[in-house]
Amino acid sequence: MFAAEFEYRKAGSIAEAVQLLADNPDAKLLAGGHSLIPLMRFRLARPELLIDIGGIANLRGITVSGDTINIGALTTHAEIAASAEVQQANGLLAEAAGGIGDPAVRNRGTIGGNLAHADPASDWATVLTALGATVSAQGPSGSRTIAVADLIEDAFATALAENELIATVSVPTLAANQRAEYAKMAHPASFYAVVGGAVVVTMDGDRCTAASVAVGGLTPRPVKAPSVEQALAGTTLTMDSIADATARLSDDLSAAGVDIIGDVYASADFRASVAPVEVKHALLHAIGLAHH
Amino acid sequence: MPNKVPITINVNGRSHSAEVEPRTLLVHFLRETLNLTGTKIGCDTSQCGACVVKLNGVTVKSCTAFAVQADGAEVVTIEGLAQNGNLTAVQEAFWNNHGLQCGYCTAGMIISVTEIIERNPNPSPEEVRAGLEGNMCRCTGYNNIVKAALAAAAAGQGG
Repeated sequence: MFAAEFEYRKAGSIAEAVQLLADNPDAKLLAGGHSLIPLMRFRLARPELLIDIGGIANLRGITVSGDTINIGALTTHAEIAASAEVQQANGLLAEAAGGIGDPAVRNRGTIGGNLAHADPASDWATVLTALGATVSAQGPSGSRTIAVADLIEDAFATALAENELIATVSVPTLAANQRAEYAKMAHPASFYAVVGGAVVVTMDGDRCTAASVAVGGLTPRPVKAPSVEQALAGTTLTMDSIADATARLSDDLSAAGVDIIGDVYASADFRASVAPVEVKHALLHAIGLAHH
Repeated sequence: MPNKVPITINVNGRSHSAEVEPRTLLVHFLRETLNLTGTKIGCDTSQCGACVVKLNGVTVKSCTAFAVQADGAEVVTIEGLAQNGNLTAVQEAFWNNHGLQCGYCTAGMIISVTEIIERNPNPSPEEVRAGLEGNMCRCTGYNNIVKAALAAAAAGQGG
């Protein structure tokens, strides 16, 4: 399968890439290409120009400063999974990165490209929403910060302007009394999330003092679960209290006002019934009552 | 007609320059321009792993990379593993353990197993299987492929 014809330009800097985007309304950015190239080969995308940002060195790399992990948009899933700094500062990031696709896909796919593509089945979108991550979006007049929860607006649609690119993804480190986990039902061929649930709990002994919960895969964009979070906060986490809290997820899915995705592999009803199970698994992992 | 783009790629230690259409995939460039047909096209949708090659030291699915993205890079294909007619430990182990049946997945399998052992010189059977998640063998010859990988690792350990 061949993509439709397109022009190709290699951008040497972020400024050049942003300028090329501004000058060419039908252009697309090319990073690792693991979302875009398949779409182009199926001719679901036919950009007239590809702007290759793969060679821009300052879009790559991981630094931890204070309580923030800054990950360049071009950093691959494999680099994040293997990073000792990331494993130390926020183990969930490394674990989620290592569960994306397969090894060769992880060697090539990038965190920024994954978010900009905004596939509903993205693991990153759900995990980074629960973690309260932000992106730095670079445009012609400078950069702005967007929460990942606000970045993903709908299936394959983001809050990025046509002339903006994601430069950095910033993720809070986990405190010593915080646990974060992600559980997903993966599609058996692609390993994309059919349903995924991500949780961050702040603990005081056995008691949860605060929780952040997000689900994805079954919805066009990740959905936060405030009812579940409120039910967890102030509660001693046990099998029973976790089951009670996750039973409220259906309220949050209704309140979010989004369609539940159904397809030939998994119907909408099935996905909606699996979602609280994945959140429950993530919570049980977080408190050590279940293991991977 | 879009402009062709000049590229130079080092493949198996030799530099190759060409002008390619931007939409040329790396796997097409390897097979059709360089006649390196050891790398195969299977599913053509980055799931089966028949097209796996090394790009700048790591495995990639060459059906999901444009040749222009490999400009200035180093690529290693199955043809580049043996040196002076001497098979690598992984190739020897596939031979000795009947690690191939029809052979279609073998180039990708051997490149992927090579990376698994580079990253983890003493993998468990489970780690080999996890490392081969993205490589399909439609003959379902997985047991002997895993055996071959473990034998190659043992050979590398002096075993």
